[in-house]
Amino acid sequence: MAEVTYEHVTKRFAEDAPLAVDDFDLKVADQEFLVLVGPSGCGKSTTLRLLAGLEEITEGNIYIEDRLVNDVQAKDRDIAMVFQSYALYPHMSVFDNMAFGLTLRKIPKDEIRQRVNEAAEILGIAELLKRKPRALSGGQRQRVALGRAIVRKPSVFLFDEPLSNLDAKLRVQTRAEIIKLHQSLGTTFVYVTHDQTEAMTMATRIVVMDRGRIQQVGSPQELYERPQNMFVAGFIGSPAMNFFDVVVEGDGDDLQLRAVEGFAVPVPPEKRAELATYKRRKVVMGIRPENIHDNDFQPPNIRASLVDAQVDVTEMMGNEVNVYLLVGGHAFLARVDSRTTARPGQNIRAAFDIDRLHLFDPDTEQMIGLPAEVRASAPPAESS
Amino acid sequence: MIGRAWWIPWLWLAPTLALLGVFLVYPSVDTVRRSFLDERSREFVGFDNYQTIIDNPNSLAADTHAALLNNMLWLTVFTAVCVGLGLIMAVMTARVRYEAAAKAAIFVPMAISFVAVAVIWRFMYEVDPDVGTVNAIFSELGKDPVAWLNNTQSPQRPFVDLPPADSPAPFQVNNFALIAVGVWNWTGFTLVILSAGLKSIPDDVMEAARVDGAGEWQIFRRIILPIMSPTIVVVTTTLVIQTLKTFDLVFVMTNGRFKTDVVATLFYKEAFVFRDFGVGAALAVVLLLFVVPIMVLTIRRFQFQEEIR
Amino acid sequence: MSTQRLSALPPGRFRDTLRRLFGRAPLHLVIIAMCIVWSVPTVALLVSSFRDPRAIASSGWWNALFHPAQWTLTNYDSVLSARGMSDAFVNSLIITIPSTLFVIIVAAFAAYAFAWMKFPFRNPLFLIFVALLVVPLQMTLIPILRLYSEITIEGSVPVIGGNFFGVGSYSGLWIAHTAYGLPFAIFLLRNFFGALPRELFESAHLDGASDLTIFFRIVLPLSGPAIAALAIFQFLWVWQDLLVALVLLGDPKLAPMTLQITNLVNSFGSNYQVLTAAAFLSMIVPLLIFFALQRYFVQGILAGSVKG
Ligand SMILES: Nc1ncnc2c1ncn2[C@@H]1O[C@H](COP(=O)(O)OP(=O)(O)OP(=O)(O)O)[C@@H](O)[C@H]1O
Ligand SMILES: [Mg+2]
Repeated sequence: MAEVTYEHVTKRFAEDAPLAVDDFDLKVADQEFLVLVGPSGCGKSTTLRLLAGLEEITEGNIYIEDRLVNDVQAKDRDIAMVFQSYALYPHMSVFDNMAFGLTLRKIPKDEIRQRVNEAAEILGIAELLKRKPRALSGGQRQRVALGRAIVRKPSVFLFDEPLSNLDAKLRVQTRAEIIKLHQSLGTTFVYVTHDQTEAMTMATRIVVMDRGRIQQVGSPQELYERPQNMFVAGFIGSPAMNFFDVVVEGDGDDLQLRAVEGFAVPVPPEKRAELATYKRRKVVMGIRPENIHDNDFQPPNIRASLVDAQVDVTEMMGNEVNVYLLVGGHAFLARVDSRTTARPGQNIRAAFDIDRLHLFDPDTEQMIGLPAEVRASAPPAESS
Repeated sequence: MIGRAWWIPWLWLAPTLALLGVFLVYPSVDTVRRSFLDERSREFVGFDNYQTIIDNPNSLAADTHAALLNNMLWLTVFTAVCVGLGLIMAVMTARVRYEAAAKAAIFVPMAISFVAVAVIWRFMYEVDPDVGTVNAIFSELGKDPVAWLNNTQSPQRPFVDLPPADSPAPFQVNNFALIAVGVWNWTGFTLVILSAGLKSIPDDVMEAARVDGAGEWQIFRRIILPIMSPTIVVVTTTLVIQTLKTFDLVFVMTNGRFKTDVVATLFYKEAFVFRDFGVGAALAVVLLLFVVPIMVLTIRRFQFQEEIR
Repeated sequence: MSTQRLSALPPGRFRDTLRRLFGRAPLHLVIIAMCIVWSVPTVALLVSSFRDPRAIASSGWWNALFHPAQWTLTNYDSVLSARGMSDAFVNSLIITIPSTLFVIIVAAFAAYAFAWMKFPFRNPLFLIFVALLVVPLQMTLIPILRLYSEITIEGSVPVIGGNFFGVGSYSGLWIAHTAYGLPFAIFLLRNFFGALPRELFESAHLDGASDLTIFFRIVLPLSGPAIAALAIFQFLWVWQDLLVALVLLGDPKLAPMTLQITNLVNSFGSNYQVLTAAAFLSMIVPLLIFFALQRYFVQGILAGSVKG
């Protein structure tokens, strides 16, 4: 049980290398499930390893509870980590793998046995305790790695893409188990993944990173509803958000967004004030595929703006259909009701839900209307 | 493969079977036979040759006891020091940037033949401190020069030396001087192989141990050592075999004088200088008996490897 | 942030640098000291080989470092011309190269059979082969010598300045070295071959390849590292061999460098000048081979021995 504080932490691997982690400043609350997400090479693992004590901090401080741990060795930080490749000790049995950290701490044998058995029971690997890691399947190894962390009862749990080597079904199942584990253990979890679905489903709070920098911090819902910049908007949500270059036209009640492809969308009243300084200027309009509907099967109670588009390809997903549309040569994606009659080559009338538009400044790529202090650094939200 | 004729594998093995049969198996059997025959291999003499080795009647010219003891000394000291140094250096060099250069420096002696090694080291061990490097260092430190290889001030006479005045064989300084040369020669071998073994341990396993609470020493003892143990066994076995066969170095450096004989050099003397094939063969058999436990160990290791394949 | 935290020592670069310099100083010291100790004898030999005979006998090699003007090539000159060392150098090559190639070929055949064919007594036979690794060469020399003498007497066919088989011929040495190198070679190659993926063999069989085709077209090309490692070891061992040459090679015209240098050592006693140059010359080829192949060498020896 512990809170973790990153204080303007920076990591540079070599004098001339770019910053792997750039001014990472964040407080992780006790019992939080924090997920670091971002594209490959953005510095997620490095951020985690700095906390684990596996890399040296270049600048800044890290605290666990009130203890400055910059110079504390990994072994003395009271953390446990699950590695992507599991990193099981190949020469030890499953039992010894799980017991290793406890023996080092000179915990009595009886208690070790009890803790290991307990964890093995929870994870369903009680029959495997005598085996060596090489005699296990990938999923079983993953469980052992998890068990090795659990028995330690650490104050912070770290995970570096622990599910990426599992097949799709096992991944979903294990995801649910880790969530359950977090609830029952009541420990701080810091979890790294590049998979935004994993991040959305597991996190109490998500940190989106790109090129070493924090792009946005917030609950899954916040990130989905109010992405603060185009990177987060494009990264969170699957399939990804569509972007259109538009020009702000008209005045007062007639304020509308005219796309370079020709169609126009009215600005909803709440957003008019934000756009005051953008009159006759270019902005970027983002809309998620799930907020574009087939006009014939529009959900009730939405304010829609209709755009005629040509159907390029359709993908039946079961409950929904992904429709790849073209308007003036610009391709975009709509996720529509499965009863749609859209067929490739036909034209359909797409209904844009204008209450779900996201507007960005094309130069700064920041969301338009973002309060200045939010832009500088995202405040930690309350953990749920 | 299904349908391969039964004799095909034996065809592939034929050259090997022939060569090993003629050059290793037949001589081994023949040597055992001769060790029970007289010096010209004509008459059966029972265990007389072995008795000769035990009685050591000719201890000034051919000291069988010293040879056996010296071989044990080589077996233990040489092997332990080589493996130990190699392991320490493998772990240490892995942490510096000039690793490749450091390893190459230590490996170079491995590429030098024992004959050249002997030339170098006779030179290093020269008694005159103006010429011999080791004694030059000794005199810098204010100590008297040491006759590293003679161990005695007696004049050199082939095959007949006065016994050393002070310590009994094998704990003579010249044996250790020879072993030091062997260590210098072979540490590169252990270093290169052990360091490759070390590299084959994934980084994240060591990191996991670190996070689990292991310090550097515990990581070494509880992770690195056990994971590397097959490699360490390979290296140790190779070295032990090497020590049992130790011949060239002693032969060229001292020719076994001053009680530095090992079994191999003494065997050579008996067979080719004294022309006593019987005692020579018996010595070889004794050497082989030293080898048996190691052979058993090696075979066990291979069976173990079969299981995990 | 609380004041207590801010008062903690700032992680200044200066402190880090200090710690890095002094915390690791013992590590560097030990490594560098060991490297120096290990290099001194070789450097001593190298320096001495360029010194005047009288200078070698009267003062330590280190003196030469301060008097570069005294350096001379006469030692190399006298070794290469007068002492028949260049013949010995060529002899060493003639002995070593075929011995190395033969071992690789014969052992590769056996290793392939052990790794990928099924036959009765496969594993016991392999274990016996490996056990032969520990037979001391000295023990085999008398019977082999007798065998060679008999063959030599009965019918000798001259080949490359010697008899085809038996005492005083290159070929006798080639065959002996090949046999002595086999146990280790089979052990090394069998481990490497066995680690190749089974699918490779199965798909080749399906494509209609015979054992021979698979051996030459798939197994050998893929075994570069193991063969390089084997080549280095066998080359080093044969090149450095003294004993086998001493016993089996009666003809001094065929003597390899090791034998020639030994004769120099024994006849010159403590006259170092010739020995230094000769010894250094004998190191050059093995060193070249080692540095050329060392990359493969480590990969090869480890295949199959560490994994798992
Ligand atoms: N040991 C290292 N030495 C030098 N550079 C490194 C090292 N480790 C990581 N980097 C660099 O730091 C940056 C961040 O790497 P990091 O491993 O944190 O990325 P990541 O977000 O975890 O990516 P992925 O999703 O692919 O695992 C990368 O550009 C990487 O090349
Ligand atoms: Mg990563």
